[in-house]
Amino acid sequence: MNTFYFIAFLSIFFSLLVIFAKNPVHSVLYLIITFFTFTIHYVILNAQFLAIVNFIVYMGAILVLFLFVMMMLNLNKESEPNKSNLIKIVGVIGGGCLMVTLVAAVKGLAKSQPVVLQNPDLGSVQNLGKVLFGEFLLPFEVSSILLLSAMVGAVLLATKDPKQPKTV
Amino acid sequence: MELSDLIIKLVLVVVIFAISLVVAMYSTYAERKIAAFFQDRVGPNRAGPFGMLQPMADGVKMFMKEEIIPTKASSFLFVVGPSLAIMTACIGSAVIPWGPRMQVGDRIIDLQVTDINVGILYIFGVVSLGVYGVMIGGWASNNKYSLLGAIRAASQNISYEISMGLSIIALIMITQTLSLREIAAEQHGFWANGWFTWNFFKQPLGFLIFMVCAFAETNRTPFDLPECETELVGGYHTEYSSMKLGFYLFAEYINMFVSSAVMATLYFGGYNYPGMDWVAAHVGPTIAPIIGVLVMFAKIFAFIFFFMWIRWTIPRFRYDQLMHLGWKTLIPLAIANIVITGVVVKLIQHFA
Repeated sequence: MNTFYFIAFLSIFFSLLVIFAKNPVHSVLYLIITFFTFTIHYVILNAQFLAIVNFIVYMGAILVLFLFVMMMLNLNKESEPNKSNLIKIVGVIGGGCLMVTLVAAVKGLAKSQPVVLQNPDLGSVQNLGKVLFGEFLLPFEVSSILLLSAMVGAVLLATKDPKQPKTV
Repeated sequence: MELSDLIIKLVLVVVIFAISLVVAMYSTYAERKIAAFFQDRVGPNRAGPFGMLQPMADGVKMFMKEEIIPTKASSFLFVVGPSLAIMTACIGSAVIPWGPRMQVGDRIIDLQVTDINVGILYIFGVVSLGVYGVMIGGWASNNKYSLLGAIRAASQNISYEISMGLSIIALIMITQTLSLREIAAEQHGFWANGWFTWNFFKQPLGFLIFMVCAFAETNRTPFDLPECETELVGGYHTEYSSMKLGFYLFAEYINMFVSSAVMATLYFGGYNYPGMDWVAAHVGPTIAPIIGVLVMFAKIFAFIFFFMWIRWTIPRFRYDQLMHLGWKTLIPLAIANIVITGVVVKLIQHFA
């Protein structure tokens, strides 16, 4: 339990640093460390597969792309555009909505029964595969179609419209 | 875990660490000798007999050079870059099975540091972490050439990780496990049930894709665009000097060693060799695993030689050729390989 509190403290500490860091690249680096602490959380929960997938996909691929974009943009104080008041108000409303949702979720947590882990090997690859392709086959396939359509949509948005005359 | 087991593991970790450093050190010597052989030169021959002490001389030179951190560089991240590069290179060897279980007296010793049940994925995680060393170093140098080299390295590694992962999926469909120890144990001997046991003979296309991706992930020629000197001065390590540069160069050789070990384990039978049962019956359960380890290292050295051979055979790709090869050739091939493997496995199950 003490390990959990220590790792949880680290997660919160580094996620706060993500927000407070002045330099966007440092922000992304703190985010990488935050995700690493999440990986440790998964290991503590005995979910090895989820831990390593979190490690490969989030730390190894998605955040590399984040870092990539941040380095290319080379953001700093001088080049940062002035934010209008409208954007600030929208940001406050969005953040408030998120907070209400989170508080509601935490309130719901207290009511529910404590989860009892029936099978300690639940997180192993074999069990996860059997559960995903047995019990949860339909949601799994539907979410894969969702991802595929998102990917095709992104490619469609990124390619230029052939009807428009070339400007370059 | 008992104290004696802990000590054995500790010794194993230290030995593997030392071996990977020594192999990396002598890879630099071998690379220069082999390059000389391919170009009809003599190569290093001054330090010691046949120039055998050349790596030591190079190491001393690296340590003695002046340590420079550019004034405009971010000094903390400038040091983190090479440290991360060498650390990720070294921790990859933890899950590789170097030999079968060795019996000394009553004790059975695992010649592997740890056997986690997601062994292959651990290697992938380490590989994907390796990009950060290059990226952080390149960005922290505050130099446009370094940044371009770092960005090239990142996009190259991400592109080739995809086809690497897809080529592994077809292999896992055959082996039915992610643990490297079990994969090595399944390739026992050389011939069983009317076909070769080594995965290379079951997955030739998968091996080809995996090997090309391994070349790309280790930034070796023909994929060494991140340090392409005709376009980028020195690439991501332009601003580095002294041992920090040494760490970057050294990490490349350790990566080469580890990826050779992974290729040998996954596709070329690891510590298995033809007639190993006959040998094991004659020399006993203590000596036989040692022969297995030697066989494993012979395979690793063969792969390292292959890496160097390719370097002087194929010239460097252009950047668009690199991306075309990764996205438009290797990924479709890897997906086709998965489909073919699935169909063939099902057919064999049905008829046999």
